[in-house]
Order: sequence, then structure tokens, then C-alpha cells
Amino acid sequence: MRATRLGAALAAALAATLTLSGCGGGEPAGTPEAARTQSQAPQGPVKLTYWTWAPNMDKVVEVWNKAHPDIQVTVSKQAGGDDAAAKFLTAAKAGNPPDLVQAEYQHLPSFVAAEAVADLKAETETVKGEFGEGVWGLVTLGTDGVYAVPQDSGPMMLFYRQDLFDEYGIEVPKTWDEYAEAARAVRKKDPKVYLGTFSSKDPGAFTGLAQQAGAQWWSISGEAWKVDIADAPTVKVADYWDGLVKEGAIDDTPYFTPEWNKALADGKLLTWPSAIWAPGTLESNAPKAEGKWAIAPMPQWNAGENHTGFWGGSSVAVAAKSPNRAAAARFATWLNTDPEAVGALVKEAAIYPAATKAQTALTEAPGYFANQPDFWQQAAQASAGARGFTFGPNVGVTYNAFRDGFDKALQDGSPFSGAVRAMHEATVADMRKSGFSLAS
Amino acid sequence: MTAVTTRRSTGLLPTAVLLAGAIYCLFPVSWVLIAATKSPGELFTTPTMAFGTGFLSNVSDLLAYRDGVFWLWLVNTFVYAGGGSLLATVVAAVSGYALAKYRFPGRALIFNLLIGGILVPAVVLAIPQYLLFSKVGMADTYWAVLLPQILSPYSIYLARVYATAAIPDSLLEAGRIDGAGEWTLMSRVALPLMVPGMVTIFLFQFVAIWNNFLLPFIMLGDDGKFPLTVGLYTLLAAGANQPALYNLILTGALLSIIPLIALFLTMQRYWRTDLSSGAVK
Repeated sequence: MRATRLGAALAAALAATLTLSGCGGGEPAGTPEAARTQSQAPQGPVKLTYWTWAPNMDKVVEVWNKAHPDIQVTVSKQAGGDDAAAKFLTAAKAGNPPDLVQAEYQHLPSFVAAEAVADLKAETETVKGEFGEGVWGLVTLGTDGVYAVPQDSGPMMLFYRQDLFDEYGIEVPKTWDEYAEAARAVRKKDPKVYLGTFSSKDPGAFTGLAQQAGAQWWSISGEAWKVDIADAPTVKVADYWDGLVKEGAIDDTPYFTPEWNKALADGKLLTWPSAIWAPGTLESNAPKAEGKWAIAPMPQWNAGENHTGFWGGSSVAVAAKSPNRAAAARFATWLNTDPEAVGALVKEAAIYPAATKAQTALTEAPGYFANQPDFWQQAAQASAGARGFTFGPNVGVTYNAFRDGFDKALQDGSPFSGAVRAMHEATVADMRKSGFSLAS
Repeated sequence: MTAVTTRRSTGLLPTAVLLAGAIYCLFPVSWVLIAATKSPGELFTTPTMAFGTGFLSNVSDLLAYRDGVFWLWLVNTFVYAGGGSLLATVVAAVSGYALAKYRFPGRALIFNLLIGGILVPAVVLAIPQYLLFSKVGMADTYWAVLLPQILSPYSIYLARVYATAAIPDSLLEAGRIDGAGEWTLMSRVALPLMVPGMVTIFLFQFVAIWNNFLLPFIMLGDDGKFPLTVGLYTLLAAGANQPALYNLILTGALLSIIPLIALFLTMQRYWRTDLSSGAVK
């Protein structure tokens, strides 16, 4: 979810070139011709292609290929993020998509709306129980269909520099109010150091924060979409960070930039409200701080609650036009529920599995967090309290509006809540233009 | 450079402007050079312009990354850039020569269409081209990247301008009187005269294809066919939950410009003959 202009350019070009069929969200994507199984008495092994950007996925797939000589999967490693979604949609529209594709949860609805992915309801009936309700909702979009098999999930937690917290004498904040106070305290102790930063380039992080507060940006009612991005919880989150940034209590360096990396490495940034996959990022950007970071539950809006949101996470979808749908579905369910496969995913691809059983099977904390033996227990706790929402069919537009709006708000000092309203308006306008029916 | 005898007064201002331009162009390159020497731990902690200690380990990490896929991308890039620019040069030279030296109905129309083609950025065409290639079942093949780059309106325009200036009509007339066929005229008389222009076109195309990102990004699904640009991008956009492999990307970027520099150095002398041949005319 790094900020890329390319994603915007591709999306715009796509919108110009292709006319997405404007269907309501409730319609299943499986078209009659896709439902036809062509793999009766196949000649030689079935060959499947799989677009993913998870590292070392080829090693995991090798396990499958050895055990299933009749279904051979080829991994094609793609660039991840928003560009990957645009590329898959283009390929699907042009009629030559890969059989399997890694689909981030927020992009899955756009795949469904474009009828690019198949409904796997029948094929996934047996594995439904392996996943928690929250994550399953992300692949059903609250409909009767099942459009992908969940792979990994990104519940958010608070990552903080334990050693520096001790040095500055700060308690781990349990609520956002305490977080704000801690931020001010840090500035007083050392004006070069910030407790945290607000990134105007990472809509995914903001989405997670809004989910934690209870936002429901999209929902499906009957055949129509209900959009409410500027709802009360989201505005509350925006106002909160607006205040902190304006008074200078926290920084506004975007995540994943060289400046941010440097601040992390130099110990000038003490916390990062991030998702479970953060250790990998921290390890590569601040290798010297190994053993100095710790995790805590996200600060809460009301003391005593246990809510958090999701940042990232993805699923494996089968292309509607794949001629080998049944085989592809078999592979997708194996990959994300078979203990051996999920174990390999955790080890090789360093993901946090979406399957519940696999989550509890994790025992050894990541090397970077060797100082925190209860890392995975904490993660499971966060996971249990995580709440997401149904993503809409044009998240790309919303996310671009986030970047534009918040960039502008940071530059000219206009309120963040205005940026949130701009996100809402851009999203609604785009959905109208694409022909989605909206409930008001 | 050879004009020592004529000693013109060299203005300070032009020199300063050129110097500023040179620094502006070279600074990012030197930054890549320096950053590529830094190990992941040093990248964001040491001063920007201080050399690191990790260059060799970066290179070996990069070459070992996914069983040496970097080499594959490098070979692919050579196929796309080398093959594409060779074919593009041939097409441009022949059509430029024809447009410059033959009068035939529709000549102006073709030329105007080409001029119009220069105004359309290749980026805009990438998605329509992808849809077309998908229709004929050629998406995700080497040809999908090669074919669109073979016809380069700008190169044809350059070739035409060059042919007009470099091939005297009288020379062709003399050839015809001596009984040379049109094919012989082109291959023996015209094209040899156009070599400096063709080198320029070749270089232009080579660099353009070498740096091209969007077309292969859209056309190719199989990462075994990726060129360096798209391949390195997969390292950069490794997904939100994966760290970008900055040190490998920087090293890869550095290694990928070396062939371009080598190409320019070896091709330079053709440009020199170009300039001098213009000078004596």
C-alpha cells in the first residue's frame, strides 16, 4: 500500500479504456461459461498460473506440485499493491487473466464488480469453519457468494520502542487520550523526538484506525451500496490526528519514506501503530534496533475496550475466466488451510495466516522480537478484537482521494475532516459514474 | 575542442549553466552509486554521501535473489532493447529513406500521420495495445513487448530528415545511370551514408526500450519474461507487509545502467564522424 502515482495512472487509464459493467454488489461473478467445467478427462496435467507477490511463494507451491502431479501450479511473482489490482483487472478484461491471483481484501470487491473472479461457494464449503467470522466476511462481502480464500490478515497493534519509553519515563498508552499526552510529554523531554507520525500516503493505515473506531465505509443493502465514509467514527479519528499534527505533538512524515526509515533507525520515532507484519519492515529498515521494540494492544477510544482494525491482508481468488476452476479452487483451499502449506507460508512467506488454527499454532516470536516471547499470544488477542468492514468496489478511488486530500490538508492546514468528506464525495461520484446503484 | 586558434571569449554564464546542468544530471547517479555500497543497516543511518561497506554483499545478495532471477531479467532486457532497437532502426532507415527520396502518392499523408504519431505518447497506447495483443493471443510473449516498439514515428522522422540531408539526389541519379537497381541503390549507396543517423536512432531506441516500464508491466504476466525495470519494481512494491529490498533495488539500478554507459562510450565515435562529416560539407 505504498503511495504510487502509477496506481492512479493505471486506474485512470483503465477507467478510460474499459467500461466496467455497472452491476450492483449483490450479483455473483460466476458467469455461465466460467461455471462450465472444461476439465473433464484432462489431457496431461492441468497447468495453473498464480500471480502473487508474497516472497518465496514458489517454494510453498513446490510442495503442492510434488504431491499433485496432475495439477501443476506456476508462480509468477508480481509487483504488489494497488498496481497489481489494476493489472489483474486489465488482464481479466482482456480475457487472459492468471488462474489464481493474490487479492488484497480492499481490492476484492472491485474484482467482484468487474466479474473477474469466480464464486467459490461450493468449493469452499468444507473450509469455511477454518476462518474467523471477521476475515470470512471480507471474502463474502456480506453476500451469499465466496469470492476468495483468505490467506493472511493484518490486525493492528501498537509497536513501540521499549528502551526509549523507559528512558523518557513514558507509560505504554492504553487509550488514545493517553497516547496524545505521551506525545506531548515526549516533545517536552526531547524536541528532536516524536512519539509517532501521521502518514498522508498510507490510506490502508488510516482505514485500520477508522475500523478500530467503528467506521462502516461501505455496506450492501439489498442490491444497492450504502456509502458513508465521513461517518462519525472516521471524523473522530481524523479530528484526533488533526489536532496532534497541528499542535506539533506528532510528526507528519509519511511511512516507508527514507526520512521515516531514518527516524526509525535513529530512534527519533518511538511508536508505530501498525499491523502484525510490521516486524519484517522494522527488521529491514532498522536492523540495529533489534530487541528494542515491543508490542502492545492498540490504544483504545474508551478505556477497557479491545478493538482494533486491519491494515493489509490478502486472499487468493480464482479468475472467473479460468478454464480450470475446480483445480484452482482446490489449490487455493489447500494453500490456505492445509497445515503443511500454511506452515510453509508462515516460514517462507512470513505471513500472519488467516486460518484460526494456524494462528494459535504460532509459538516462536519473530527473531526481531525475541525479547517478546508472548508476541503471538498478543497478536491472537488483537486478532480476536479486530473489526473490519465491507470494502467497496472502488477502493482505489477512495485511497487516491485520501492521499490527495490529506496531502493538501497537511500543506495548507485545512482540517482533516474536510479531507475525509472529500474522500466520501469522490467515492460516491465515481460509483455513480460507474453505474452502481446507491442507497442513500 | 580543436578551436584553440580561434580563441573565442568563453562566457562565464554559459559555463555556469552547463556546470549546473551537469551536476543536476550526475548527482542522482552518484547518489545511486554511493547508496548501492551501503548495507541495509547503513542505508538510512549513515550520511547520504558517505560510502558504505556492503557493496559486494549487496551484489552477491542481488545475484542470489530468487536463484539469480536478476540475470534472467538482464538477458530479457537485452533481448527487448537490442532486438527492438535493431529492428526499429532498420524499419526507420528504410522508411525514412523512402519518404525522403521517392515521390509517390500518399507520401505526404503517411508523413503527416507519422508526425501525428510523435505527438501521441507511447504510454497512452500501452493499454489499447495490450487489449489488441490479447485478442490475437500474443499477450505475455516476447513479441508483445518487441512489436510495439519496432515502429517508432520519431525515429522514422529522424531518418527522413537525415536521409534528405546526407544523400545527394545527384548520387542516386548517377547510380541509376550506371544501371543500379533500386535495391542496390538503397543497400549500397543510401544506407552506408545514413550510418551515423542510424546509430543515433539505434541509441535512442535502445535507451527508450531499456527504460520502458509501462508496456512490459502491462503486457507481461510471467515474471520470467520481465525486463529489469519491471523486475526491480517487484522488489520495490513487495506488498505492504513486506519490506522493500532497498539495498537490492539500488544495486540493481546501478548494475542496470552500466550496459547503457558502456554502449554510449562505444558508440560515441560514430557520433564524432557524424559531426565531422557535417563540418566539411
